Amino acid sequence: MPEPDVPVRITPAAVAKVARLARLDVTADELQRMTAQLDGMLEHFADIDALDLSDVEPMTQPFPLANVFRADVVQPCLDRDEVLAVAPAAEDGRFRVPPIIGLEL
Amino acid sequence: MSPDSSSRPTARAVAAEVRDGSRKALDVVEQHLAVIAAREPEIHAFNVVLADEARAAAVKIDEMVSAGEDPGPLTGVTVALKDNMCTRGVPTTCSSKILAGWLPPYDATVVHKLRDAGAIVVGKTNLDEFAMGSSTENSAFGPTHNPHDVTRVPGGSSGGSAASVAAGFTQVGFGSDTGGSIRQPAALCGVVGVKPTYGYVSRYGLIAFASSLDQIGPFTNSVEDAALMLDVIGGHDPLDSTSIPQQHPSLREAIQQDVTGLRIGRITDLPAGADADVVERLEVAFDTLRAAGATIVDVQVPAFTFGLTAYYLIAPAEASSNLARYDGVRYGMRVEAADTNAMYGVTRAAGFGEEVKRRIMLGTYALSAGYYDAYYGKALKVRRLISDDFERAYQHADALLTPTSPSVAFQFGAKGDNPLAMYLCDTYTIPSNLSGQPGMNVPFGTGAHGLPVGVQVLAGTLQEPTMFRVAAALERELSGGLQ
Amino acid sequence: MSEYDGLPGDWQLVIGLEVHVELATATKLFSASPNRFGDEPNTNIDPVTLGLPGALPVLNERAVELAMRIGLALNCTVRPCTFHRKNYFYPDMPKAYQVSQYDQPLNVDGFLDLPNGVRVGIERAHMEEDAGKSTHVGGTGGRVHGASYSLIDLNRAGVPLVEIVSRPDIHSADDARSYVNELRGILVAIGASDAKMEEGSMRVDANVSVHKPGAPLGTRCEIKNVNSVRSVGRAIEYEARRQIDLIESGEAVRQQTRHWDESDSRTHTLRSKEDADDYRYFLEPDLVPLVPSAEWIARVKASLPMLPAARRSRLADATGQPANSEAVTIVVERGQDEYVLSVGKSGGNSARALVYVKEAFADSPIVPAADLAALTQMEVSGALTATQAKIVLAELVANGGGDASAIAAAHGLEAIDASAIEKLVDEAIAADPDAWQKFCSGDAKAMGALVGLVMKASKGKADGKAVTALLQQRRS
Ligand SMILES: [Mg+2]
Ligand SMILES: [Zn+2]
Repeated sequence: MPEPDVPVRITPAAVAKVARLARLDVTADELQRMTAQLDGMLEHFADIDALDLSDVEPMTQPFPLANVFRADVVQPCLDRDEVLAVAPAAEDGRFRVPPIIGLEL
Repeated sequence: MSPDSSSRPTARAVAAEVRDGSRKALDVVEQHLAVIAAREPEIHAFNVVLADEARAAAVKIDEMVSAGEDPGPLTGVTVALKDNMCTRGVPTTCSSKILAGWLPPYDATVVHKLRDAGAIVVGKTNLDEFAMGSSTENSAFGPTHNPHDVTRVPGGSSGGSAASVAAGFTQVGFGSDTGGSIRQPAALCGVVGVKPTYGYVSRYGLIAFASSLDQIGPFTNSVEDAALMLDVIGGHDPLDSTSIPQQHPSLREAIQQDVTGLRIGRITDLPAGADADVVERLEVAFDTLRAAGATIVDVQVPAFTFGLTAYYLIAPAEASSNLARYDGVRYGMRVEAADTNAMYGVTRAAGFGEEVKRRIMLGTYALSAGYYDAYYGKALKVRRLISDDFERAYQHADALLTPTSPSVAFQFGAKGDNPLAMYLCDTYTIPSNLSGQPGMNVPFGTGAHGLPVGVQVLAGTLQEPTMFRVAAALERELSGGLQ
Repeated sequence: MSEYDGLPGDWQLVIGLEVHVELATATKLFSASPNRFGDEPNTNIDPVTLGLPGALPVLNERAVELAMRIGLALNCTVRPCTFHRKNYFYPDMPKAYQVSQYDQPLNVDGFLDLPNGVRVGIERAHMEEDAGKSTHVGGTGGRVHGASYSLIDLNRAGVPLVEIVSRPDIHSADDARSYVNELRGILVAIGASDAKMEEGSMRVDANVSVHKPGAPLGTRCEIKNVNSVRSVGRAIEYEARRQIDLIESGEAVRQQTRHWDESDSRTHTLRSKEDADDYRYFLEPDLVPLVPSAEWIARVKASLPMLPAARRSRLADATGQPANSEAVTIVVERGQDEYVLSVGKSGGNSARALVYVKEAFADSPIVPAADLAALTQMEVSGALTATQAKIVLAELVANGGGDASAIAAAHGLEAIDASAIEKLVDEAIAADPDAWQKFCSGDAKAMGALVGLVMKASKGKADGKAVTALLQQRRS
């Protein structure tokens, strides 16, 4: 897929694709409204497009740390019954879900 | 309700009395429960009030004190926790329908530390759903009202905790600040509110909004109380990889020092937009500090103005991933459907509110194939610019002073349905989330309609001691009647 | 020796393998619940494993060390690295993202030499977390399709994995099988993983394409769910033929992920790559970079044991057998090479010891090396025939050792001398002239009958090879 330098206007089709990726069912109404709102916001982001950022390192950590480790030692586990008691559906000590289709990896 | 916080009892005072046995923790709790009973119906600070649990905890503390034991520096102090901090067996909702029915099987590190210090949790407070908002109007359980004027918002997203302290429901509240969510409601409610350096306080058990920006901090009635709270909850946590692995100097000791010789920066290229009453109070604050022995210097933070834009790419991007786990499989709400994929779509559509969906969509878009470099990647570079600009400014100034909020508390619905109008509430607070540096709101008199106005003190990475010295000086001069 | 038929015509096969191995740690990659196979469902769980709100990952130092061992054993460069989130929804992926290494993996640019001398490049060997397990209820045979619902066990979620990605340097099903075998040997030898394909602690995905010499590479398909070393070869062979059949009948190969089905020995479409994956990778903000120091890398490197390839050539040198011979390969695979070498050091004959060990010891040898050394000596000096030595060996094995010469004496075993054998051969020719006639006219079977007569008359004390030689000498 091309990497547009200048963001393009967002389309309802793009919003629909994003909604699918995010697993958010949207109605036709919502799709129209979200398209308008996202478009408005992305337009606003044009102000950083004017900046020359070619020599700038992206900042991903607000406080630079490295090599943070945990010892390989077992700690007590959570109680399965306590966890499954608040699950939407459980059976045989496991979480129960509807058939898994359309998700094959 | 008094607009300045000095008339309410401080946590330090309460802890001292309960600790030395001159006052019972149970009495403290009962008094607060009485205030809650009187005003909570019009304020709605809480998602849940834990009256019985608080009484039981108080009884235990009183027993310890009578047995000659020391329950800790927060003995008998009542606290309210923003409802995005995990509390074992107690509903933790993020003010979202999607977490309906969930009982966390574990406590957040902050909750452990508070209990271990003798504090008593009185309730979980309302917030903008998943901490996304600046007014606490975006709660699935209805808005919180500002104790100073119940027709107005308390700010947000930690509006419930700010209101709890302002209304006298608890001595202390805890919130989380991703783009201003502690400092802005503190300003609107007239209390002290602190966002420490990123990594100062453990995030373990804080339900993530944007992981690289979130920090927990206190709401208090005094600068000294805020120092006390950070002395208790700050410090390294091996369960949080981003927690700074060092001991922090005592902030209660730091505020013993005055501001003589400190250089206080005025950002000359600060984005405009603050109301006149707010600007006026800021000027008084500069004068106050000068009179107290500080020098005022001009600094520039050119990238400050791009903070809002960068933030509204970075925070939603991280949020879109952090909130993907609410899928109806392991906990919380599920809307049944014929297959799992369909179940995801309907559950999440029904479980999340409008603003949360908007940000998930925006964040998903910003990270998606083909747009990463144009949006998210650029925002990370702007983040670096902002951080570098602050770094340069702090070579000339020990702390910076800005407005916290562009305005005093506004009326419900005032920001309408234009999301950008609401986002502008955080213009002055967001840049320090991006740089990971500390900032705090200090109540500094009143503005329009007699409502509280705060000033924001900013400092460099781990420069909390300096920030607190400045805040203490402002508080001292204000209560000394200098206004 | 090939198990597979090879490709028709001049088709060429290009294979790249992605192998996931579970690391042999006590705990998960980012949390402290046990990394243990076979426990009750959802008992090895903690807030991180369940993807609970508020939970945060902390990297397991031992997992990093094991991942570095893998990288160094595969001749990779170990480098500073980061973790990303790979975002996708699946009910056994609790956070709806997998924490994995993306553009900055721990290990890059290595290689693995197969026993037959083929060098396979290793592109990368990166760290990531495993997913949980789904069980499909209802429908047929536990398959996803047609199931009425599924159950999720998260015990495996968060188990540390290393994904080893080969370059497309493999060009036959045999080499693919050999690569997996060799890799497994290395992983076990360095203690990084138990590498059991049947328990899923080692999982192989194969990228397969075919093309004609000189033509550009074909469209590749990825085969998943290959659960044994044998299936690796069979699945690749099947897939290659499927692609060739498609092309030869004028159709195009479509880029797909395909599923190997053991029950019908075929690959099936899992999904088409056309619905482009969009994993929205970004740096995991809850973790910090991993920057292994030169000193740490050196320490891990120094602690690596001798690897199978080096052990094979050492054993080959000691026994005079080819390094890729079956005996050398098997004995090293079983970890019995040290023992064979110690038989040699105890004065024994290493070549005979290699054969004994390969044939008599499935597991670790229990006979003291010196005892086996004595037996090999008796055999090579001619005191015992190969057949007699086998009898003594069986007794040594049964008793867990013993004095070979005493055992031989007790059984009345001794090789008889050449003149006695000559006499017995002549007697056998006289006893069965029919067989002798046939043998002389080239019937090989007839020789067996004559040898049998001699062996019977000698009560097994004659050396079969010597008898055969003598018969051939007499005929000419
Ligand atoms: Mg892969
Ligand atoms: Zn993988």
